[in-house]
Amino acid sequence: MDQQGEYRIPATQAAVWQALNDPAVLARCIPGCQSMEKTDDTHFSAKVKAKVGPVSATFDVLLELADVDPPTGYRIDGQVKGGPAGFGKGGAKVRIEAVSEGQTLLTYQVEASIGGKLAQVGSRLIDAATRKIADEFFTAFRAEVGQSEADSVADVSSQDDSEPEKTAVAAEAAPANNDQWKVWAVVFGLFVVAMVLAI
Amino acid sequence: MSTSVASSESASTSSSGLKPSGLNPSGIGASVLRREDARFITGNGRYTDDIRVEGQVYAVFVRSPYAHAKVTRVDIGDALATPRVIAVLTGADMQADGIGGLPCGWMVKQKDGTDMRSPNHPPLVVDKVNYAGEPVAIVIAETVEAARQGADAVAVDYDELQAIIDLGTATDSSEIHPGISNNLAYEWELGDRAATDAALASAAHVTRLDLTNNRLIPNAIEPRAALGVFDATTGEHTLYTTSQNPHLERLVLSAFVNIAPEHKLRVIAPDVGGGFGSKIFIYSEETAVIWAARRVRRPVKWTADRSESFLADAHGRDHLTHAELGIDASGNFVALKVHTVANLGAYLSTFGSSVPTYLYGTLLAGQYRTPNIHVEVQGVFTNTAPVDAYRGAGRPEATYVVERIVENAARELQQDPAELRRRNMIQPDQFPYQTPVALVYDVGDYEKSLDKALGLIDYDGFSARRKISEAKGHHRGIGLACYIEACGLAPSKLAIALGAGVGLYESGEVRMNPTGSVTVFTGSHSHGQGHETTFAQVVSDKLGVPFDAVEVVHGDTGRVEFGLGTYGSRSLAVGGSALIRASEKIINKGRKIAAHLMEGAEEAVDFSGGRFSLRDSNRSLSIQEVAFAAYVPGNYPDDLEPGLSEKAFYDPQNFTYPAGTHIAEVEIDGETGVVSVVNFVAVDDFGRIINPLIVHGQVHGGVAQGIGQALLEIGLYDSNGQLLTGSMMDYCLPRADDLPDFVVGTTVTHCTHNPLGVKGCGEAGAIGSPAAVMNAVTDALGVDEVSMPATPEKVWRILQGRSPRRMA
Repeated sequence: MDQQGEYRIPATQAAVWQALNDPAVLARCIPGCQSMEKTDDTHFSAKVKAKVGPVSATFDVLLELADVDPPTGYRIDGQVKGGPAGFGKGGAKVRIEAVSEGQTLLTYQVEASIGGKLAQVGSRLIDAATRKIADEFFTAFRAEVGQSEADSVADVSSQDDSEPEKTAVAAEAAPANNDQWKVWAVVFGLFVVAMVLAI
Repeated sequence: MSTSVASSESASTSSSGLKPSGLNPSGIGASVLRREDARFITGNGRYTDDIRVEGQVYAVFVRSPYAHAKVTRVDIGDALATPRVIAVLTGADMQADGIGGLPCGWMVKQKDGTDMRSPNHPPLVVDKVNYAGEPVAIVIAETVEAARQGADAVAVDYDELQAIIDLGTATDSSEIHPGISNNLAYEWELGDRAATDAALASAAHVTRLDLTNNRLIPNAIEPRAALGVFDATTGEHTLYTTSQNPHLERLVLSAFVNIAPEHKLRVIAPDVGGGFGSKIFIYSEETAVIWAARRVRRPVKWTADRSESFLADAHGRDHLTHAELGIDASGNFVALKVHTVANLGAYLSTFGSSVPTYLYGTLLAGQYRTPNIHVEVQGVFTNTAPVDAYRGAGRPEATYVVERIVENAARELQQDPAELRRRNMIQPDQFPYQTPVALVYDVGDYEKSLDKALGLIDYDGFSARRKISEAKGHHRGIGLACYIEACGLAPSKLAIALGAGVGLYESGEVRMNPTGSVTVFTGSHSHGQGHETTFAQVVSDKLGVPFDAVEVVHGDTGRVEFGLGTYGSRSLAVGGSALIRASEKIINKGRKIAAHLMEGAEEAVDFSGGRFSLRDSNRSLSIQEVAFAAYVPGNYPDDLEPGLSEKAFYDPQNFTYPAGTHIAEVEIDGETGVVSVVNFVAVDDFGRIINPLIVHGQVHGGVAQGIGQALLEIGLYDSNGQLLTGSMMDYCLPRADDLPDFVVGTTVTHCTHNPLGVKGCGEAGAIGSPAAVMNAVTDALGVDEVSMPATPEKVWRILQGRSPRRMA
């Protein structure tokens, strides 16, 4: 399956690029995330419990950053293994570009495939499940960063879906440096979500 | 859904030696209600899963999520530690026990004279997975839930390989099975290539057509199930399973798979809830269950869930075909050339090799006198579930090719499709008719069925109906299919000469009990066909005993001597004939006994209506009195054995050739692309009809499946070999509101070579209907071809791109 989306982030391109995530925060924001570990500069592993339609399992997630091109983009390759529930694998290409003063546009394209029970009975549910979990992620994230109101909107669209649905999510840019990791957390969290479920 | 049943004709062109029975209200020709239905509809059927044996445990299979992968490690430690799990067995365990691979039962010779190439098919994966869903291990536990948890805990490491999925490019892809180059099981041909090419080259007109015959996934209402029981006292293995042919299952498991010798292996197929072919085959799971029962010394039960059925039941159809039909200036077919790529899936299933060859290429003459035919078939491996017989098995595919290209030819020549067919039909006085593709048709009257069908659908009124549809913004089309099938499988000598591993005769035993009731044993198997009723009618009619006094026993190798089972619309033509032969032996012996009792000459004893009577006397005895005398032989011929029980094996001399005309009329919603079958007429010649009610039911079911293929169903894998249509959400079976009221009619020519004059009716509905529906759809849309299934999306896209309707 293919998915793409873009987020407008009220922070500078450099800030976005420089932002590094905190695995512990991500673990708290990603629905069903049981653990999140950064194994080295470019590798992450996570355990995420998720449910797609009738398929429910704990997925082992391995992510690797590649083609790192500061500050404009990189690629994430990932594998998700859910044992009897199936597996996923794929890659996501990320572009980060400044659109105006203090505004950064992040776009991503995920190409992924799923297998096993997930594919057999869940493939038609993936889009809806992804959106649902993305909603949950941002709700949790808002609580985590202490923001109560959303004031930027992300569009998540899927090529599989002829009626792109707007998902109201917040990527609130809190002022100054403390914000940077949060933005990155949003980005990264989305990928984990994407790799677990959009895959 | 109501039923319209057109009156049947009993015009007979041959004598079968049986008189239509007017006296017996439950005899041949009577629409007796199916006696088995009472237990089915009251919940008293006994299916495999209903059978419980003391101490039984439950099996769940670990299945590969990958379509093509090396298995590098199977770790069963956590699974064994799961509470209530008692065993986890793998392919390596099976190999260590000497359990062999599942064989293909039909060796097809390639066109170069060499044998086809058949890979080893271990019941449980040993080192390499070849389709998604292939079983890797069997987990056995005290409960199903524990077995599931245990299965989830089996850790398998896979090293994924490139999956070969696309049928069109599979022969140019890397090898799935080492040593089988180009993924070709065989290249097979039939007919005269040079003569066909020459006739095409000189034809006044050539119609060309590329067709896809969509992959179908069988969905019997009862999923496959097995219960394996090992008796440590006697060493006997008993396998209860959902089989269409328990004796064949026993034979294969014994002779090829090495489960146990035949005398220590009993296979029981109790009530079976539908098969459509998918329960003919010898599968991994049933094999593993009976083997595991011996290993763990406990009865082991497995019942497939629907997901497993989608993944691991043998699928059907899946052809890519190019066809060319040459026609002379007068409208006569002069040549048909067909090239087909047939998907066999990952392994050769039990009869997988024969379906796209001997059951397909031989039917390409259809009902026509086409003098030159050549067909070439490539049987191709892919990383998908094995493909094998599914209702019709090769014959729907052949009919689809012939009837779609004939229809297109008529349009190109601007001729009435019915009249072009009529011009080319084999005439009644031309039988027996040798086709250029091996078969000899014994009898038929094809125009009679055509005319009756045209009348029933009001063919002449179609243009008026089309105008009404067009006024509503809809598109109406009509399509014919004049099909023929080869049923009553099969003359053993011929089948074995062509590569079959078994004979295809059938056995029957008729046992008169001392008090006059009759127990009938048949090697045929009923899983929805109503044999318990029909076969009782046949024997009741032949012996003149009450219908209710005849019991039909089937599906148990411990009770029935031997059998080849039910498929290919063979049960009545072959199994029923065996019962006639056994009944004749009963009558012959009874005549001797009666002659002795009546103190007359055997030659002077007539048998009719259940009574032996001595000619030119008032003496007569009922068959029940004779049976009693046979078991209480106080006054009895010295040279005769007591008892009145007879067996017969019947080996048919030829196939039977049911044929007929199906006509579909569709209306397509101009805005949504939804195709509605608004009228459907099926006129079939099944030979003598034993039970019209059951025959019509078979036609209804078959037509429903054929409409499903044409409009709704397709089994789809993604490019990695993941089954995308793996549930009822994504695999669209026809429902009642997808179907019109069927109009079913019959014509009759009696089969010339079996004692009942019957031909078989189980598959015809699924054979004729896809071509009829797709001819109607393409007619409505004014296009040459729409691939099946004609879903609303596909049709809507065509409507968006279409030019204004061509003027008819």
